[in-house]
Amino acid sequence: MTPQSPALRERFAGLALVAPALFVVGVFFVLPLLLSAVGAFRAADGSFTLAHFEKSLDLYTKDLLFTLAIVALSTVLIALVAIAIAGYLTLGEHPRAVAVLRWLYRWPLFIPFVVAGQVMRTFLGKNGMLNHALIAAGIIEPISAQSFLDWRGIVIAFVWKQAPFVTLLLAGAMAALDRQYIEAARNLGAGRARVLVDIVLPHVRGTLLVGLVLSFVTMLSVLSVPLMINPNSPTMITVDIAYRISTFADYAVANALCLLSLLLAALGAVFYLRHATRKVEAPL
Amino acid sequence: MTFASRNPLGLLIRAALLALVAFIIFGPLANLVLWAFAEKWYFPSKLPLEYGFSFWARVFAPRGNALGSLGTSIWIATLTVALSLAVAIPAGYALARLKLPLRGAILLAFLLPQAVPNLPVYVNIARVFYEIGLAGTITGVVLVHASHGLVLAVWIASAAFAAVDPSLEEAARNMGASPWRCFRTVTLPLAAPGLMASAIFVFLESLDEFTGTFFVGVPDVTTLPLLMFNASMGGNYQIASITALLLLVPSIGFMLVVERFLKADVLAMVGR
Repeated sequence: MTPQSPALRERFAGLALVAPALFVVGVFFVLPLLLSAVGAFRAADGSFTLAHFEKSLDLYTKDLLFTLAIVALSTVLIALVAIAIAGYLTLGEHPRAVAVLRWLYRWPLFIPFVVAGQVMRTFLGKNGMLNHALIAAGIIEPISAQSFLDWRGIVIAFVWKQAPFVTLLLAGAMAALDRQYIEAARNLGAGRARVLVDIVLPHVRGTLLVGLVLSFVTMLSVLSVPLMINPNSPTMITVDIAYRISTFADYAVANALCLLSLLLAALGAVFYLRHATRKVEAPL
Repeated sequence: MTFASRNPLGLLIRAALLALVAFIIFGPLANLVLWAFAEKWYFPSKLPLEYGFSFWARVFAPRGNALGSLGTSIWIATLTVALSLAVAIPAGYALARLKLPLRGAILLAFLLPQAVPNLPVYVNIARVFYEIGLAGTITGVVLVHASHGLVLAVWIASAAFAAVDPSLEEAARNMGASPWRCFRTVTLPLAAPGLMASAIFVFLESLDEFTGTFFVGVPDVTTLPLLMFNASMGGNYQIASITALLLLVPSIGFMLVVERFLKADVLAMVGR
């Protein structure tokens, strides 16, 4: 037996243990993804073509921009909400308020998108509770009650559903921080907002970005929420993809749109890589 | 310590903000519950004009399809958990404990289904499944759910195994236990809560999955989310809301107990 053979055996055993899982991901995820890329460039006779992209851009440029705007706006709002809640959970000085908030914010965490869609259809509709609450609070007149089931509805549903997820990650990362830095800054007279922005956030930026990129990508591929809240043009690209397939069985244009949405997701990844690799300065 | 805690104005502002958060979180859910029990509800009345259970009777009637869909959903989710864990436990153990060539690339492959928009995959797999006769079958839907769910399972299982103290395994091995026996009697029981958490995650993800089933399950497999969607798009808010409530029960139940299964030491090992 050669000296390195136990190590070699371990490597083979490891690969054998990983192989079934890799197989499932490879065949039922990676392969269809490659098929999508191929299908987007393939003409009916099998030759290479860009016609599907021309048609996609002709018909759906507006929806692509609409999708990007919705998802980007939602991501920004999710970041603000998550920072505010996680920041209060970490720096709040009233144990009872912190406990109540910790209990409150998580409820939408495991609620499926399709249910969030239905929940928002009832809440944001013309006869929804939001309008009644605004009327009761004297913010709007009954006559000006309107349905929020347009781009605003999608953004509200996305933020409602995804902000708790990012908050959970962020609050976890903040809780793991060394309290010394925070105490020291507080003792030196820094306000809580200042401590949050200058000391806590730089340390948890990586976690925040991971949560935001995952949310960005997730929101890009959600079909149910835009389909239920705002199915008419301009709408999100996922709705268009489903429409091309269910109405025309047009897989070519659907695949071209799929690739364009992957491109949007790649934008998110590039943004993440550019910001995550920048060195974080130590505050003290 | 400041005097802020004794300041009545501060208390008022805090209470008002918390009430606002509570409204944002629970308002939409309360609205859903109202719809589930509303017999009649027209604009501009704030609350339903009549309450009752007639829609519940319709949902749970043998003709109402809800019980059938619930059964289909649970059966699919159970099979998805079985398949996902069967491949994720060995993979998670190997990633946590063994020296693997290309470990980074393998971890990346298991990140892909969470990090790439899934719609292109569902669209194309539905087409392939249609050609080989798997479209509209439980098997097809389970395969799609598992390819997504096992990713979470691999990551959590790997973290759960990594959180087990290796010296305990060494002790068992030193006393003469075989690798398999050591895994079965020491590693597996210690990692069990984490594995349980991953099973619950996969179960819930499958139960709640919409888009993949939407493309692959048609026309024969109707899960609860699809039933809810069809009712909602058909304008039947009562049926949709009742179905949505059924879907909420396991989700919220899990949210309330998740920390019991997923301890901080396991969470800290995710992605290591």
